Amino acid sequence: MRKVYTRVQEISGNVIMVSASGVGFGELAEVKSTFGKSLAQVIRIQNDKVYMQVFAGARGVATNDEVAFLGHAMRMSFSDDLLGRIFNGSGTPRDKGPELEGNWVEINGPSVNPANRIIPRKMVRTGIPMIDIFNTLVESQKIPIFSVAGEPYNELLARIAMQAEVDVIVFGGMGLKYDDYLYFRDTFESEGALTRAVMFVHTAADPVVECLMVPDLALAAAEQFSLQGKNVLVLLTDMTNFSDALKEIAITMEQVPSNRGYPGDLYSQLASRYEKAVDFETAGSITILAVTTMPGDDVTHPVPDNTGYITEGQFYLRGGRIEPFGSLSRLKQTVNGKTRDDHRTIMDTMIQYYAQCRETKEKLAMGFQMSEWDTKLLKYGDLFEKYLMDLSVNTPLEKALDQCWEILAACFDRQEVGIKSSLADKYWPKGEVSLS
Amino acid sequence: MSEHKQRVIAINGNMVTVQFDEQVVQNEVAFVCTGDKELKSEIIRVRGNHAEMQVFEDTRGVKVGDPVKFTSKLLSVALGPGLLSQIYDGLQNPLPELAQKTGYFLQRGHYLRALSYERIWHFTPEAKVGDDVVAGMWLGHVPEGIFKHRIMAPFNLKGNWKLKSIAETGDYTIDHKVATLESASGELLDVTMVQEWPVKMAMRCYEERLRPSEPLVTKCRIVDTFFPVARGGTYCIPGPFGAGKTVLQQVTSRYADVDVVIIAACGERAGEVVETLREFPELEDPRTGKSLMERTIIICNTSSMPVAAREASVYTGITLAEYYRQMGLNVLLLADSTSRWAQALREMSGRLEEIPGEEAFPAYLESLIASFYERAGVVRLYNGQVGSLTVGGTVSPAGGNFEEPVTQATLKVVGAFHGLSRERADSRRFPSVHPLESWSKYPNFVGKSEVDYARSILKKGNEVGQMMTVVGEEGTSIADFTTYIKAEFLDAVYLQQNAFDEVDAATPLERQRYVFALIHDILRTQFKFERRDEVRRFFQELTQLFRDWNPSVWESSEFMKMEQQIRQKVGEQKKA
Ligand SMILES: Nc1ncnc2c1ncn2[C@@H]1O[C@H](COP(=O)(O)OP(=O)(O)OP(=O)(O)O)[C@@H](O)[C@H]1O
Ligand SMILES: [Mg+2]
Repeated sequence: MRKVYTRVQEISGNVIMVSASGVGFGELAEVKSTFGKSLAQVIRIQNDKVYMQVFAGARGVATNDEVAFLGHAMRMSFSDDLLGRIFNGSGTPRDKGPELEGNWVEINGPSVNPANRIIPRKMVRTGIPMIDIFNTLVESQKIPIFSVAGEPYNELLARIAMQAEVDVIVFGGMGLKYDDYLYFRDTFESEGALTRAVMFVHTAADPVVECLMVPDLALAAAEQFSLQGKNVLVLLTDMTNFSDALKEIAITMEQVPSNRGYPGDLYSQLASRYEKAVDFETAGSITILAVTTMPGDDVTHPVPDNTGYITEGQFYLRGGRIEPFGSLSRLKQTVNGKTRDDHRTIMDTMIQYYAQCRETKEKLAMGFQMSEWDTKLLKYGDLFEKYLMDLSVNTPLEKALDQCWEILAACFDRQEVGIKSSLADKYWPKGEVSLS
Repeated sequence: MSEHKQRVIAINGNMVTVQFDEQVVQNEVAFVCTGDKELKSEIIRVRGNHAEMQVFEDTRGVKVGDPVKFTSKLLSVALGPGLLSQIYDGLQNPLPELAQKTGYFLQRGHYLRALSYERIWHFTPEAKVGDDVVAGMWLGHVPEGIFKHRIMAPFNLKGNWKLKSIAETGDYTIDHKVATLESASGELLDVTMVQEWPVKMAMRCYEERLRPSEPLVTKCRIVDTFFPVARGGTYCIPGPFGAGKTVLQQVTSRYADVDVVIIAACGERAGEVVETLREFPELEDPRTGKSLMERTIIICNTSSMPVAAREASVYTGITLAEYYRQMGLNVLLLADSTSRWAQALREMSGRLEEIPGEEAFPAYLESLIASFYERAGVVRLYNGQVGSLTVGGTVSPAGGNFEEPVTQATLKVVGAFHGLSRERADSRRFPSVHPLESWSKYPNFVGKSEVDYARSILKKGNEVGQMMTVVGEEGTSIADFTTYIKAEFLDAVYLQQNAFDEVDAATPLERQRYVFALIHDILRTQFKFERRDEVRRFFQELTQLFRDWNPSVWESSEFMKMEQQIRQKVGEQKKA
């Protein structure tokens, strides 16, 4: 029998301390209080003083509660039985299904040897033109959606998940509103995606320590699936809540904050999660799509700022649209040369004219005279926004590219648009264009 | 090695406190024995009989009472033939070999030899028996890639020695005894082709340091022409995320005119290193026709690898760089990003509960950064040969704001500042080096007065541009408007450079001088324009011609043809 300790000596925030020996750093313990059982993780040891963060929170923990160390670190039971299931941040079922046992895998395990990585090579088709054409998502990419609260980022996340061609979806929800949790669950269910998905959900009402575990659980599951050869899409929403949970624990542990209260290791903490994105040469891949809400729409806030330094680009969601200018997929050039021969040219040309259209709109707003060219640009802008910026479509890349040619043809003469004639000969619409 | 007398008494993240009863050395390497693993660590503070150590690995499962082995050796790297083209982690473990041993993932507690002890090298002696020998003296050489890799007397040699014997020309492994030295007092010392050096100590086996004055041609136009770097100098590239720091360094690592390039990927994305390590073996070094990898060493401690080893990685990089400088070579060290190293220091300082400075960085941050960059320099060796070590570091300031401690501390010590601008990156003006805010203290390599003139146009153009947002084009005089358009023209055809076009990505100095002279002439010329849209159209067309000229191969017929067209166009406008 394992030794049980019954004297909690310190309780502060969600951290408790007992006097114990033979305990390993990072080890799990079980705390039994009148409010039930909770896991706790060792976060600091000083001689015989063992500090633990209690997953369910320290509220209601009594100084004489039982603490038993489990002899292992946080882990999860991995098998295909995970699919279709929903868990909380302690890894226990949230649905009515059974607890899973056996085939334990470590969470937050070691990182991939860079020498084993390969250059990303495959596009993830999402059916959303603003992504597929302009900021192509690539297998093994890690990319966040930057937006303010109130934008439909969760809808966008769900839509991408439903439309993307992936084998497994791993969902990690942190600080989710309960309604949003139900929204994701119901969407997955009604689209028949739940059978190839596993969800780890921490809602705003759940204990904050569990929030910290969600990305690790989700990524450990994703890693195992990808090692089986599956292409996995990991959705993490909202990483700002995760960062705030880190902040809370850091402050409890009396760490010196570096920037607006966030701990100095925020970058490393976020990076060790995002860097789980990978393409295994002889197995599957992990692609990470996350949500980072920006407090006060401020990109220089520590969470979006640190995230930007880690991820491979970002999608700005603003006014219900993916903003064409700030958004960037840094990996797009690894794949968009191999899709269709007009992809790169269309991408550059369309954005160029859209930028010109914005300038024209500014001139219009300032009351300057509109030239004939300006009028064309304004029409172009309208069509661009109508056909390409809608996020509720599911348009294959090829069809979206065709639409781009049609939009160009509807607004400009062929000679005006400086596109290489070899491409224009091939794709410039012949006869009347009917934008569908 | 004293064993098992000292034990772990506290664990806080990657900081472990050890109680010891004998002596320890500050910064000595120790191993924490946990289960069947030994985790490499470094002593960073000693208080009474407690030593605080940073562990270079995940400390999961470490227990109070775990035994600790001290080594009495400072954190060191192995130096000898075979370093070039290697890919190491921050502690000099060869990553490809580690991959063969541990598979996809990095497992903690595995340490491999940095150099092969089986590989045979063809040794040729240079020194003669009876010669005077001091630390760092060349005793012989072996061929390594395109270089003569010098086999040198140990860098920690004290005083004057004599060469007692030296191996004959022949094939040896690195641990073969190639020479024996004798001190004045008759003490004997065997020398092999491999030696160790502590990474945090500067290597000073040279006659004197010289002033950096020779150009280090990066082939990036805005850098070489406007903000040059000298061989043996230092420079930094601060910029917000996505501004193009890494791309600029990648381009430099390919095209810079130096002998050896050392890339220290410090706490950044693994994917970016992968590009380099997969592509370099296939790319040709234009100077030698060999693969680029043959002149490159990659030190790779990416963001999800253990944090404490990040600090080690930049020191490992600079030590290897100093080693090749001792051979009279020109070495370039590129570190991306020094902010991650500073952050690692901050994490450790927090665990040590030191009094924090600004943004919680430790108070000694500035002096550490200064002494790091101070290891760069041009040196004249004892044998009269000259070698140089140039250091370029990126900085990733929080919120893209340069008023933060790491950027500020770096700016104080470097010789050139290539500040990247968010606005330029957003409008895709790459490389996004800010033409008005950046500076360099090194001599110009392209005509100084011409460059100053171009700079004045940029400055004036910027002022006019700002005014125009208020008064509109109509409210701007033709002369001012022309200056504005000239500045835009200079930006578009010279400052901007397409990193992804094979020719445009690298402009040799000769071509820069040639093209810049022409552009300077155009900037100086007082064209006569009647209307503003005339100005715009002329420079737009000229820009288009230059855009076609830039990707044409230097001195090719295409190049001449385009040049002809440009001169003709300018000539016509002059007459008009
Ligand atoms: N010289 C260039 N030419 C064309 N595109 C560039 C250039 N430099 C940067 N870019 C574009 O900007 C993107 C970001 O560049 P890069 O990765 O170098 O930024 P960074 O400053 O290193 O960012 P971080 O701090 O996040 O690492 C690239 O993926 C590329 O799309
Ligand atoms: Mg970078």
